[in-house]
Amino acid sequence: MSLRLFLPRDTTALALGADAVAIALQRAAAERDLPLQLVRNGSRGLFWLEPLLEAEHAGRRIAFGPVTVAAVPSLLEALAGDPGAHPLCLGATAELPYLQSQQRVSFARAGLGDPLCLDSYRSQQGFVGLQRALHLAPRDIVSAVTESGLRGRGGAAFPAGIKWQTVLDTPGEQKYIVCNADEGDSGTFADRLLMEADPYQLLEGMIIAGLAVGATQGYIYLRSEYPRAAEILAQAIARARAEHYLGDDIRGSGRAFELHLRSGAGAYICGEETALLESLEGRRGTVRAKPPLPAVHGLFGRPTVVNNVLTLAAVTTIMEKGAAFYRDLGTGRSRGTLAVQLAGNIRRGGLVELAFGATLRTLVEDYGGGTRSGRPVRAIQVGGPLGAYLPKSQWDTPLDYEAFAAIGAMLGHGGVVVFDDSVDMAQQARFAMEFCAAESCGKCTPCRIGSVRGVEVLDRVIARQDTARQIDLLRDLCGTMEAGSLCAMGGLTPYPVRSALDHFAEDFS
Amino acid sequence: MGVEQANSEAGDQLIAAQIARFRDVPGGLLPLLHAVQASLGFIPATAVPAIAGALGLSRAEVHGVISFYHDFRTAPAGRHVLQLCRAEACQAMGGRALEAHARARLGIDYGGTSSDGAVTLEAVYCLGNCACSPSVRLDDAIHARVDNARLDELLAELGVGAGE
Ligand SMILES: Cc1cc2nc3c(=O)[nH]c(=O)nc-3n(C[C@H](O)[C@H](O)[C@H](O)COP(=O)(O)O)c2cc1C
Ligand code: SF4
Repeated sequence: MSLRLFLPRDTTALALGADAVAIALQRAAAERDLPLQLVRNGSRGLFWLEPLLEAEHAGRRIAFGPVTVAAVPSLLEALAGDPGAHPLCLGATAELPYLQSQQRVSFARAGLGDPLCLDSYRSQQGFVGLQRALHLAPRDIVSAVTESGLRGRGGAAFPAGIKWQTVLDTPGEQKYIVCNADEGDSGTFADRLLMEADPYQLLEGMIIAGLAVGATQGYIYLRSEYPRAAEILAQAIARARAEHYLGDDIRGSGRAFELHLRSGAGAYICGEETALLESLEGRRGTVRAKPPLPAVHGLFGRPTVVNNVLTLAAVTTIMEKGAAFYRDLGTGRSRGTLAVQLAGNIRRGGLVELAFGATLRTLVEDYGGGTRSGRPVRAIQVGGPLGAYLPKSQWDTPLDYEAFAAIGAMLGHGGVVVFDDSVDMAQQARFAMEFCAAESCGKCTPCRIGSVRGVEVLDRVIARQDTARQIDLLRDLCGTMEAGSLCAMGGLTPYPVRSALDHFAEDFS
Repeated sequence: MGVEQANSEAGDQLIAAQIARFRDVPGGLLPLLHAVQASLGFIPATAVPAIAGALGLSRAEVHGVISFYHDFRTAPAGRHVLQLCRAEACQAMGGRALEAHARARLGIDYGGTSSDGAVTLEAVYCLGNCACSPSVRLDDAIHARVDNARLDELLAELGVGAGE
């Protein structure tokens, strides 16, 4: 009997040496005349354990990690006898507490198989949602999305159903579905993980969106920092087209949908939906004033759905399992699951998908296991570079859009970046301004110039020059940026700055 | 591919071929610029009027797009490009110290190329590897949990000498 192993070919796994382990496995198996089937799967999202090797053994999958090249010979020996005796053995993958306690919905398939294998996707409920959607009237698909309570996962949390309804109701010969795969926030990787581990789910979600609003063309705008995701998506699109999930006759239904993959070019602001559309049209990524909404006047001036990767992916579940299944998860007005990404100074960094409502403390302490440095956690930035830094007193806040808004913070795309007590919050505030200055599209003076002034003011604060007056100036500047910016880049940069001032004042005096 | 070739007829032909590929693609300017850079290593000044003419844009518009995006470069890079992540998840794990080490070690700042032409250093904001930071990207490979020693190792593998 041949040995069946799984080793991810995901960005993080590769960054930790997965390819070298794969080569060593092949070589060692060949030397032993051991027939080896090595599946290069996506990652389960338990990144601190990568490279995470799994072996099929007695009908279960057993995990080993983090695997090194040096451990390969002993691993093969253990697999021939008693795998549990190997020091890297973690037991059955499905029973790892980090994974078992999650509510994996959008990430249920992540890491199970070869991400590009269509048979594997189909054998795990893949395209069931699409098959349903092909037999539904567009308005019924839209109502299901509305009823599910799904809100946009890109940051702004706008109800997806309302957006789709607008596009459906707007007349237009050509409409578009645009997937926002710009994932620019530091501390986030859920879009990347999904695209690398389960790309057909995104494709399926986009096709369903097309059926729902009457769009026959779709674009994925993928950031250029994700070369591996680009490779996988390009292949997934080609294979889906070959099997008629894309093209002018989707699975013999007579319905059409074509998909194009586009690369960003290293501009954070192109994650903002109107800047993204400008970029797709071949221009500088400057933000457009709204209205008109992209839903009415979007790509090439046509009605356009712009949704995040995870929003589109969630639609496949809503179609497959029904709106009620999705709506029954979560709390308050935050329905379904949130993909939390544990990042920064964290012992067990990775992806944790849970229904909305768990506390930040549960995530960081129970899942994350505290800091990787072993020092106390001091600050947690949630929601990317425009998100607030939260002090200990706020870690019991439930992960819920409204609960976060109530404390002057935001969940955003679900990124959680942990800092230990060596962090200098004045430096973090300075970085927020510096980042805004570097990435501003340049349209609004408070954002473009205000952020540069912000860096200068913070430099004086850090040098302890006239501190009290500089801090007044900084607060003033934050007010001006908040009030005078067209988009959240300038408008929310004050969040990290003010939260640092308010909760970590000792770093500024 | 090098500088001379880009300035040569071969370079012009490559540019013309890419223009032909993308001129009728809706919103094709970014894919076109990516393709030119992928084949020549940078976007030479001579490409701007050619692209502008073919796409019905002004030179200023094409130049404006090239200068807006961090990815596009108008001069050749070193043989390798090293991108250091400057964003928060990496800062939380010592990214700032790694940046300082890399700059000192290579004797250059962001945008610069080491004197032996081996490495161009660039800043990047997030590589999506934030659970195992600090992260760097060397050409198309991303590396995780990079400390000073690991960075030196990566540079040594490229044959970059031990300090100048
Ligand atoms: C500065 C800025 C950056 C953004 N970056 C992203 C991003 O990288 N990915 C994303 O999906 N949305 C991003 N957004 C939000 C988008 O503008 C938009 O709300 C989203 O694509 C809509 O999709 P959703 O409703 O599915 O979230 C950003 C917004 C701003 C203001
Ligand atoms: S706030 Fe900044 S990024 Fe947003 S539109 Fe204004 S200048 Fe551009």
